[in-house]
Amino acid sequence: MAETSQLSTEIAESPSSEAKVAIDGFTEEGENLSPLNTGTEQHGARRHSHGDEPVVPEASRGERLKSYRLADFAPLTGREEDWRFTPLKRLRGLDSKPLTGQGPTVTVTGASNVQVETVDRTDSRFGSAAVPEDRVSAAAWEAVSTATVVTIPEETVADCEVTVSVRGTDNTVAAQHIIIDARRFSRAVVVLDHHGSAVLAQNVEIVVGDGAELTVVSVQEWDDDAVHVSSQQAKLGRDARFKHVVVSLGGDLVRLTPSSFFTAPGSEVEMYGLYFADAGQHLEQRLLVDHAVPNCKSRVTYKGALQGKDAHTVWVGDVLIRKEAEGTDTYEVNRNLVLTDGARSDSVPNLEIETGLIEGAGHASATGRFDDEHLFYLMARGIDEKTARRLVVRGFLNEVIQQIKVPVLEERLTEAVERELAAGNY
Amino acid sequence: MSTLEIKDLHVSIETEQGTKPILKGVSLTINTGETHAIMGPNGSGKSTLASTIAGHPRYTVDSGSITLDGEDVLAMSVDERARAGLFLAMQYPVEVPGVTMTNFLRTAKTALDGEAPSLRHWTKDVKEAMTQLRIDADFAQRNVNEGFSGGEKKRVEILQLELFKPKFAILDETDSGLDVDALKVVSEGVNREHGKGEMGTLLITHYTRILRYIKPDFVHVFVDGRIAEQGGHELADRLEEEGYDRFLVPGTATTGA
Repeated sequence: MAETSQLSTEIAESPSSEAKVAIDGFTEEGENLSPLNTGTEQHGARRHSHGDEPVVPEASRGERLKSYRLADFAPLTGREEDWRFTPLKRLRGLDSKPLTGQGPTVTVTGASNVQVETVDRTDSRFGSAAVPEDRVSAAAWEAVSTATVVTIPEETVADCEVTVSVRGTDNTVAAQHIIIDARRFSRAVVVLDHHGSAVLAQNVEIVVGDGAELTVVSVQEWDDDAVHVSSQQAKLGRDARFKHVVVSLGGDLVRLTPSSFFTAPGSEVEMYGLYFADAGQHLEQRLLVDHAVPNCKSRVTYKGALQGKDAHTVWVGDVLIRKEAEGTDTYEVNRNLVLTDGARSDSVPNLEIETGLIEGAGHASATGRFDDEHLFYLMARGIDEKTARRLVVRGFLNEVIQQIKVPVLEERLTEAVERELAAGNY
Repeated sequence: MSTLEIKDLHVSIETEQGTKPILKGVSLTINTGETHAIMGPNGSGKSTLASTIAGHPRYTVDSGSITLDGEDVLAMSVDERARAGLFLAMQYPVEVPGVTMTNFLRTAKTALDGEAPSLRHWTKDVKEAMTQLRIDADFAQRNVNEGFSGGEKKRVEILQLELFKPKFAILDETDSGLDVDALKVVSEGVNREHGKGEMGTLLITHYTRILRYIKPDFVHVFVDGRIAEQGGHELADRLEEEGYDRFLVPGTATTGA
């Protein structure tokens, strides 16, 4: 692909004019090259409210603070690199209030040969895959007293998909912890199905054991008023295969931070995302792939559609190739389709490369409009306007839906996308 | 038999400098089975005529009429015109993200016919037409026009012509950007469909070379938004020898005579 770049941290799509570097010597901060910092207005949307403040960049994504203690994270101001796109007021206190709510109910159904437990926080599996990387995640870590643990036993192939239904019933600020433990050589598909109404800070820990093959699909079909901030960190063993799929459709503010950490060679990660933001919705995804060991492969594909006034999507894709990670092969891509005026899509791919001995590393980002010429072409072939628009959006998002490989869920999500389109009067 | 009738058509576009008239009174009648060639220098309004018939929103019809068997084409939306039997093979087909050729062709065929085509026959028809136009089978799985070369895009336009079977085909500079082999393949496609005797063809071209493969019954020369001269096939031969110079407005031509 033309956009593939080797040994480069530049972002091809963004003008790199007068980056506001707050610390001398740090000139290669990818996120500083975001159009936001140069004051570019996009798609008629207003400039972001705290875009004027200088953002203090990290020297490297790998140096971001990690801690189980809430006290280690300063209160949020909106100027933090990793919160600068998030409208903090709409977090409804997840970052500042004690997370004492009851929280959504969790029901696990599906495969008969997996183990489901509720454990208290003294259980040794707490912290087996994740360490919080932001304040909300740390707050949730401190607040929970139990966790739901789904274990796929060693060498077990789950006899069907496992569905973890997370149903929100009230709007008190709450915390939740889920652990998915895919033991050595196991195979399973786990669906985290979020619906109802909630204000939820969530940590999902995912252990992918040696030779295990795990797919985790996180579906956000929340009611309109829900707020959901979720850290989903996966730790991969040797020769593991991990597929992570994000589908964000509903909720007022949904912010997911999926991370994949390679700890042994020979593993592969695929991370997919699909999001569809309507008027007023804020859907944010910040992901990290940490290549810390040799000979691992990662592929990231996120696609989003936006329609309506103040629909806002954020995609930040951090890929870190550490010095030790020779033979790494990585590619990430984000595509956004803006369907109406007044919507805003931020897309920031970041690639940090500390070794030249890699197979390949690249990224691509593009945000396009469905425009009158597309419409004319399809209509000139007899297709009415409504069908033409649906055809394009459905096709655009289908690439990600096809990756889920759970027919019932694929069907449901296709229908959900149709409803989104219908809601936009297409 | 059908008739596409254009009467005293005046068309303008909005530009930054204001409204600009492009067509200044064009009249033309095409019947089923006839091939009309419209030729002319760049900027004479040939493509404007094509886009106006198809209903492109950029063009404003100031006066005149277009009728298909007496029905008012100008009152129809773009998709209604297509369903009434008009087909425009575009000069610059756009890439449509996210929609595979297979899906697009079937959706269009369903819209045009008012019912889904029988799957067995349809698949066979598509395959055959693709083979004849020498389009690789893998195109079916690719997104509409995405990453296609100029020649591939034109072949795909003719593929649609053969599959959709319109009453009238308007070919807007389908020959431009084609090498000789591709030009032959594309022309054969048009001739195959035209040869069935159920279609009228309006062939818009800047060059005469496509007329070696597609024989027009009538030739119209466009100059400055009007038909400056018309005749039979022999007019094309004359244009090939003489070019458009003699049609240029006195004073702008640099003949020095």
